[in-house]
Amino acid sequence: MIGRLSAIAYNTYREAVRDRVLYNLILFALLIVGASVLFGQISLDINRIVLINLGLTAISMFGIVIAIFIGIGLVSKEIEKRTLYTVLAARPVRRWEFIAGKFLGLVMTLTVNALLMSVGFFAAVLYVSHRLGLGDLQLLTAIYFILLEFILITALALLFSTFSTPIFSSIFAFAIFAVGTFAEDLRGFARMADGLTRWVMTGAAYLVPNFAALNVISQVAHDVKIEPRLILLNTLYVFVYTGAVLTASVWIFERRNLK
Amino acid sequence: MSAIEINGLEKSYKTGFFRNKLKQGLKPLTLSVEDGEVFGCLGPNGAGKTTTLRLLLGLVFPSGGSAKILGRDIGDIEVKRFIGFLPEQPYFYDHLTALELLDYYARLSGVDPRERRHKVDKALARVGMTDSANTQLRKFSKGMLQRVGIAQAIVHDPKLVLLDEPMSGLDPIGRREVRDLVQELNEEGKTVFFSTHILSDAETLCDRVAVLNKGELKGVGVVADLLHDVTGDVEVVCSGPQALLSLSALGARCHVTGDVVRAVLPERSLDAALDALRKNQARLTSVTPVRATLEDYFLARIGEAAPNEVNA
Repeated sequence: MIGRLSAIAYNTYREAVRDRVLYNLILFALLIVGASVLFGQISLDINRIVLINLGLTAISMFGIVIAIFIGIGLVSKEIEKRTLYTVLAARPVRRWEFIAGKFLGLVMTLTVNALLMSVGFFAAVLYVSHRLGLGDLQLLTAIYFILLEFILITALALLFSTFSTPIFSSIFAFAIFAVGTFAEDLRGFARMADGLTRWVMTGAAYLVPNFAALNVISQVAHDVKIEPRLILLNTLYVFVYTGAVLTASVWIFERRNLK
Repeated sequence: MSAIEINGLEKSYKTGFFRNKLKQGLKPLTLSVEDGEVFGCLGPNGAGKTTTLRLLLGLVFPSGGSAKILGRDIGDIEVKRFIGFLPEQPYFYDHLTALELLDYYARLSGVDPRERRHKVDKALARVGMTDSANTQLRKFSKGMLQRVGIAQAIVHDPKLVLLDEPMSGLDPIGRREVRDLVQELNEEGKTVFFSTHILSDAETLCDRVAVLNKGELKGVGVVADLLHDVTGDVEVVCSGPQALLSLSALGARCHVTGDVVRAVLPERSLDAALDALRKNQARLTSVTPVRATLEDYFLARIGEAAPNEVNA
């Protein structure tokens, strides 16, 4: 089982790399170098804050776009191109193994991408601040949360990919990401409602993936301490939510006729 | 033991905007393929050949009936270690080289890592692709992809090889190579089940064939026996002034070249034809049984309603 999972995951990673997905790193490098040079000219206190905001947001956004655009095709593209026939038809590969392998492969791609970006990001922070201290370890927490974001959005894009066309899947995935970014606000609105509306709104607000809780970019830019409890809760939340989404993907895919 | 045992396997699809209409892709099919035989599944487009293969391989789920492959239920995933499959018009991961693709499939099939490279090289050599082993598939022609498709179907040394239209899109040389390969696989003791609408290939290769049309089995049996059912005509070649008249009167289909008459008529009318020719003093050159082709059988069967079991 491990051998099959790793083979599918590695093939997914290799496909992304050979399809030049990592070329986005060039764009990121240009952005971060340009920003460092530009902000180096302005006030010492602000330049670091702006660079951290910009750098971490770029790492997050580049990854989210890649996760959605590749994730929505993970299953549907394989069905459309019929490449999965030779995998599922005559190899002892279970459908859940295929889903899990594709998921792990894309998460691996996004992780490598984010880590390479992070190296550039830390270099830019060092260039602007002239030093890196223990306090900058908080930046790693923000990057860890960004990786959690990728895990969650990849699972969601994969779920849509099991039953929908790439166009609709991308619309669903971007929409749910946008709504999830305001998950805390939705919960706030729900608390203001009464009766049945309150119950329905609360249910809907908690069903939406909470991307807001994973965004600590502003806090780390302003050196606000991230509590270890938040790290633990976010980790648990993402793993449970992702597990549920992947289970739903497998449930749908196991029942699908591959015509 | 039968390599494939199909018992009343059927498939219906829901169609229409409200998915309230049922379309039967395959009517209840009962069929067995014996161990070590080359079995052909024939039929025009939309006959149900590909649906049968997809049902056997678990790509689509049956609406009814059951099937066993190598003695195990088709739902048993472990049986797939012993199956090789070439889909119709195969598509592969074109970012991979032929070598990487076969290595990937061999890994998925659970081939021992120590033997993997050897088996991959052997499969590539077998389809004449050694020189292109390190070329990405996106640079391959259709014929080369078909060869890689066959290589991936045999890389893990399966007991049963299922080929969906293996000759489709190949030039005459490629078709000949596939035919030779199927024969080689059969000589190694493997069971080969393939679907085709190229009847001459089936006639050359198959021990038995099944004819499907519109999702229904129309006939199954040994090729020679099936043909015997269709034939029964003889060709009479003769000459003489009254020859044409004598044979036309018996309902023969006649072609005249100079004073030579070639007439095809049912075998049961042969005595009457010979009597008529003798009476009219015509000169008899030859009498030859007309050999029916699988195409004759095929065309005769696809118009019929009831399945016909011949020496199955």
